[in-house]
Amino acid sequence: MALLDVQNLSVNYGVIKALKGISFHVDKGEIVALIGANGAGKTTTLHTLSGLLKPESGTITYKDQNLVTTPGHKIVSLGMAHVPEGRRVFKDMTVLQNLKMGAYTRKDTAEFQSTLEMVYKRFPRLEERKEQLSGTLSGGEQQMLAMGRALMSHPDIILMDEPSMGLSPIFVNEIFSIIEDVNKDGVTVLLVEQNARKALTIADRAYVLETGSIVKEGNANDLLNDESIRKAYLGE
Amino acid sequence: MSFLTYLINGLSLGSIYAIIALGYTMVYGIAKMLNFAHGDFIMVGCYVIFTICSTLSGNTIVGIIMAIILCTLLGITTEKVAYRPLRGAASPLAVLITAIGVSYFLENLALLIFGADIKSFSSVIKWSGLSFADGALKIQGVTIVTIAVSVVILIVLQLFIHKTKEGQAMLAVAEDRGAATLMGINVNRTITLTFAIGSALAAVAGALLCSAYPSLSPYTGAMPGIKAFVAAVLGGIGSIPGAMIGGLVLGIIEILSKTYISSQLSDAIVFGILVIVLLVKPTGILGKKIQIKV
Repeated sequence: MALLDVQNLSVNYGVIKALKGISFHVDKGEIVALIGANGAGKTTTLHTLSGLLKPESGTITYKDQNLVTTPGHKIVSLGMAHVPEGRRVFKDMTVLQNLKMGAYTRKDTAEFQSTLEMVYKRFPRLEERKEQLSGTLSGGEQQMLAMGRALMSHPDIILMDEPSMGLSPIFVNEIFSIIEDVNKDGVTVLLVEQNARKALTIADRAYVLETGSIVKEGNANDLLNDESIRKAYLGE
Repeated sequence: MSFLTYLINGLSLGSIYAIIALGYTMVYGIAKMLNFAHGDFIMVGCYVIFTICSTLSGNTIVGIIMAIILCTLLGITTEKVAYRPLRGAASPLAVLITAIGVSYFLENLALLIFGADIKSFSSVIKWSGLSFADGALKIQGVTIVTIAVSVVILIVLQLFIHKTKEGQAMLAVAEDRGAATLMGINVNRTITLTFAIGSALAAVAGALLCSAYPSLSPYTGAMPGIKAFVAAVLGGIGSIPGAMIGGLVLGIIEILSKTYISSQLSDAIVFGILVIVLLVKPTGILGKKIQIKV
């Protein structure tokens, strides 16, 4: 039984069909990558999973629950966290306040402290800058904050939308190695990336999305060596 | 000494504007809409107090509490019935026009129930006030109470927003509704709470306004509502300390220009100053720079 199972998911923006009945699944403990060009529907997929968008048709089953009928604000407490595209940290709040927002649905203060320590251990820079307004952080630091904020909810699965976007190569490597670490600690990852090579390097499996449909799926290693993928997404 | 008296009167009027402006600015900051019916919530609050105190011969405290409760309910209901269905509307004008509609509806409802004649409102503050320097400087009770109440409201509101989880949720919703939802914040509930607080403040402002200027008609809330909106814009709409500063500046300017220049021209001067401030600093005194995403 997959942790997350999506069947025939269709999403429209007005008359535009953004997703045309896609099906995929994510098993517990996996890193699954969703790759594809701009406008293929990657972000739309994640937004629909987190309840920010309502699908036209299809089912999303997560831990035996139907997410389609679950209001967006209730999804994080089911154990699904989302690191949105463009980080979307609360710029007028400090780093610590942002992390507190990440734990908004959690009631236990002792647990909050231990989670906070865990996040600080993973991102020492966030602890150094905890009183700083997050709008003054660099892009890479904001990405770390967005990831730390998501981890504060103690998720079972984390949805990551373009974590490498706009970052320097050093930060990109750092962010990807953190994603691997987080996954090793037992958090399942659904990763959306334009940087297909990077994504396929750390992922177990991957799906290729093209204009709202899944055109290819398989083991990440196989896809890395696939001739058409190499041509279309890896620039070879 | 008389200048000091006028200044204090200006502070008092400004405090009332500030309390109303807080409602405007919170709703704008969090729900991203201008509730042009906000001024009429004040009028509703005044009629509730008036009815309870005169007709039902109840006591003042009960009147004020009832006004706060009923205005809060009015705010929540208005948001739910009139504004929420339009939140996803293609044009932000839809909700703005609806707010103006709600404003006319409330004014005409009051006209229907209470009639057009002006009711004389007996002050909810019975204290006669303080006298300094052998009576050369007299400050009325209502003036002192108004200033004190507004200071208390500002402090409590700042503590609420910065120290409580619900307050932080409001800031999160104000900045990014989508990201707030991802944190598990119920955006609709947060907006409802904002309307509740803003409307409760309108009731408090109504009690103070009608105590200082004791005549009540269905249009009592209209002009103070517009001036408070000006105050909120002057201070930087969306900013709570901005609403406070904007209100106080506006009240002082209004009273001083009434006294020293012309009582007919005072409104023109108030709105003229708004124009000048917006020319120099379009986001208002404490307003944030509007960032354009690239």
